[in-house]
Amino acid sequence: MADRERDSVSGTETTGHEWDGLKELDTPLPRWWLYIFYASIVVAVVYWVLMPAWPIGNGYTKGVLGFSDRINVTADVGALRSARAPMYQRLANASASEIAADPELQEFARAAGESVFGDYCRTCHGAGGAGAPGYPVLADDVWIWGGSLADIEHTLRVGVRADHPDTRMSMMPAFGRDRLLTSQQVDDVTEYAISISAASSRLQPDRAAAARGEAIYQEQCAACHGATGAGDRSVGAPSLNDDLWLYGGSREEIRRQVEMGRGGVMPSWERRFDAGTLRALAYYVHEMGGGEPDAPPAPVTTPAATPEPAQNGQPNAPLR
Amino acid sequence: MAVDAGVQQGAGRLDVWAIGAIILIGAYLTLWGASHATDSRFAIQMWTALVAFIAGAIALFGVLGRGPTADQSSRYENGVVKAGVVASMFWGIAGFLVGVVIAAQLAFPNLLYFEDWGWTNFGRLRPLHTSAVIFAFGGNVLIATSFYVVQRTCRARLAGGLWPWFVFWGYQLFIVLAGTGYLLGITEGREYAEPPWYTDLGLTLVWVVYLLVFLGTIWKRQEKHIYVANWFYLAFIVTIAMLHIVNNLAVPVSLGGWFSYSLFSGVQDALTQWWYGHNAVGFFLTAGFLGIMYYFIPKQADRPVYSYRLSIIHFWALIFLYIWAGPHHLHYTALPQWAQTLGMTFSIMLWMPSWGGMINGLMTLSGAWDKLRTDPVLRMLVVSVAFYGMSTFEGPVMSIRAVNSLSHYTDWTIGHVHSGALGWVGFVSFGALYCLVPWLWKRKTLFSNALVEWHFWISTIGIVLYITSMWVAGIMQGLMWRAYNEFGFLEYSFVETVEAMHPYYIIRALGGALFLIGALIMAYNLWRTATARDPAHVRATDIPAQAVAAE
Repeated sequence: MADRERDSVSGTETTGHEWDGLKELDTPLPRWWLYIFYASIVVAVVYWVLMPAWPIGNGYTKGVLGFSDRINVTADVGALRSARAPMYQRLANASASEIAADPELQEFARAAGESVFGDYCRTCHGAGGAGAPGYPVLADDVWIWGGSLADIEHTLRVGVRADHPDTRMSMMPAFGRDRLLTSQQVDDVTEYAISISAASSRLQPDRAAAARGEAIYQEQCAACHGATGAGDRSVGAPSLNDDLWLYGGSREEIRRQVEMGRGGVMPSWERRFDAGTLRALAYYVHEMGGGEPDAPPAPVTTPAATPEPAQNGQPNAPLR
Repeated sequence: MAVDAGVQQGAGRLDVWAIGAIILIGAYLTLWGASHATDSRFAIQMWTALVAFIAGAIALFGVLGRGPTADQSSRYENGVVKAGVVASMFWGIAGFLVGVVIAAQLAFPNLLYFEDWGWTNFGRLRPLHTSAVIFAFGGNVLIATSFYVVQRTCRARLAGGLWPWFVFWGYQLFIVLAGTGYLLGITEGREYAEPPWYTDLGLTLVWVVYLLVFLGTIWKRQEKHIYVANWFYLAFIVTIAMLHIVNNLAVPVSLGGWFSYSLFSGVQDALTQWWYGHNAVGFFLTAGFLGIMYYFIPKQADRPVYSYRLSIIHFWALIFLYIWAGPHHLHYTALPQWAQTLGMTFSIMLWMPSWGGMINGLMTLSGAWDKLRTDPVLRMLVVSVAFYGMSTFEGPVMSIRAVNSLSHYTDWTIGHVHSGALGWVGFVSFGALYCLVPWLWKRKTLFSNALVEWHFWISTIGIVLYITSMWVAGIMQGLMWRAYNEFGFLEYSFVETVEAMHPYYIIRALGGALFLIGALIMAYNLWRTATARDPAHVRATDIPAQAVAAE
């Protein structure tokens, strides 16, 4: 420490060390720094006293506040569940007409349905049920498997081509890929399908090909899609008379559907959600724009057949 | 001195043979691995390593062929530092570029998703980015600067003859194997420790040699005291060795495959990973770069370090407290609450020890503040310390459980990391490289100070865009996640929060692109500096070690 010198700028002594021209001042610790450091240590110690902090053997110091994340979360979850339980119960037992007559229940169903739809359905069916290629639009009044509250709820429960034993099942053959029809025949039946649809004016079907295709249609397609192409909800066959196409409405896309017979899968939600949540979700979808009254055409006086709440598995309301 | 020089030369032969033996064993093992590979990806890795070992062997023959070298002990080892500077710049630009790419992928996921090219997937590019910037860029900067600084502040040539070169090339091989492995889909799935078991083993060897070279140089120092920068470098090297080994304890499924199982499971594994992860930040990105700060700021400002006492206290406080802070990454998880408490409280206590480094960095400028107007390199160094101060305040705040319940899993964390990574680590590294290139290549000045100004301002704007967009995005995301309606249902679905972040992701990518442009300007400037035709300019302070000692 022989070489201590005084720095001319700060008036502080150096430590007398020097490395490669670098020196150090012997400035004392800044007081504010030291006091804040002490204060942060005090904060830590106080926190240790109050909260679970130090492990001892197989346990830990519990803290004088007795605060526990696990207990708090369990209590919070329980409180939320029991707060919602009566509404869910009412919803699960209500018919469509009862819901329609109960604004409070509607509001609850809308909130619950929107929340669940956002996380589980929106990925495929889009915001507001706008749909996407291969994923039906839910906001319009065109339904493949039916658009009443009971129909929608049943579809939700059993899924489409899902692993549920009663799942909604329809299987359009891949006429081209599986060589049920020749390529020429696929072309012809495509032209016929266009000719009976509202796309006819847009796509201008080849009349000769369509005429050839009609016979094929009546033989291969009419069983499901109907003689006039009106569709059949009982087998999940969409109407071919409108200009709405699940897999796209260009000539190529329509032909491709005849060729490949694509069919998507919707999971069965019965084991994921409890009865109240399923009802809420069905209500939310029903309300998107195209919901149909239950049990048409007669006015609803008897509640539509409501499937029993799921007994298998452990359905629950997602806590969100 | 003559005896010393003789020993030095004998050791010089020994190091060549020892390194040769390592290369031979490495080549044998990789050849064995390639021939016993159970999957093609492992085989590619083995062949890559084998090519590297063959190249190493050829280089070694080159060294042998040059015959006995003259006594080098009176000169500093600059070659390996130069190589480190070049590698730093190269990996830096590579890492920043990948960062910009993945930022663009997040902003435009459909546009930049290539189904047939799995290696372009975000999941593979993200660890490539983090490893490239932390370990390839940051690691090379640390190795290069530590080799430079330890020699000057000990007034001794780097210990170990050829071993520093082994460290350098071994480290580059580690980077190449890790990076190409990620692209192939090889990962341990441990954040910031993704490389597979054989790469981890190789790095362990390289790192132990690094430690020995560093310690050996300190051992033969010609100064009584050890300079503060070297404490920080040593803490960084020692702790990283410990973290790396413990976190990567694993059992390979087969010696002919890359897959391995961690020794830990469940919440213990999670805690081990964050004990590692947070201390990688603490000892790699903080302690190591504080070593850089403690040499280059007083050097460039030409002022004494503000407070020796503060450096001692904050060093030991930092070392002692940092190692406890990891659990704050696991708030509100299966980790027992008492561990969360300790993680949080130690992080709060860490605030002032971290700021000790900032105070020492900034206050060293007293008496030289005017230089900030004229010296963009010094300004870069000082701004890095300001970012350091900001992010070491933000860190303890985010470690508080109540704050963390909002910030955790959001982009606030990403913003926090990048204010530290771009602002502190990036700028202090840039400052050090701007200092080193003229010093090492014996130039009077940089090619262009104006280009440093451009780099400084473009990158600073980039950082500000990056971190502010992530603050806004992160806090918005956190608030949207916790918004409930009157019935206790979540107000927003997850995908709505993703949609809401789109504009901020674009701003973030823009900020990253600016940072990359700054680095490209820097690379050009350094290239022109190194290749300038100016007459050699040797600094007066670059005193040959043994020459002075022998006076």
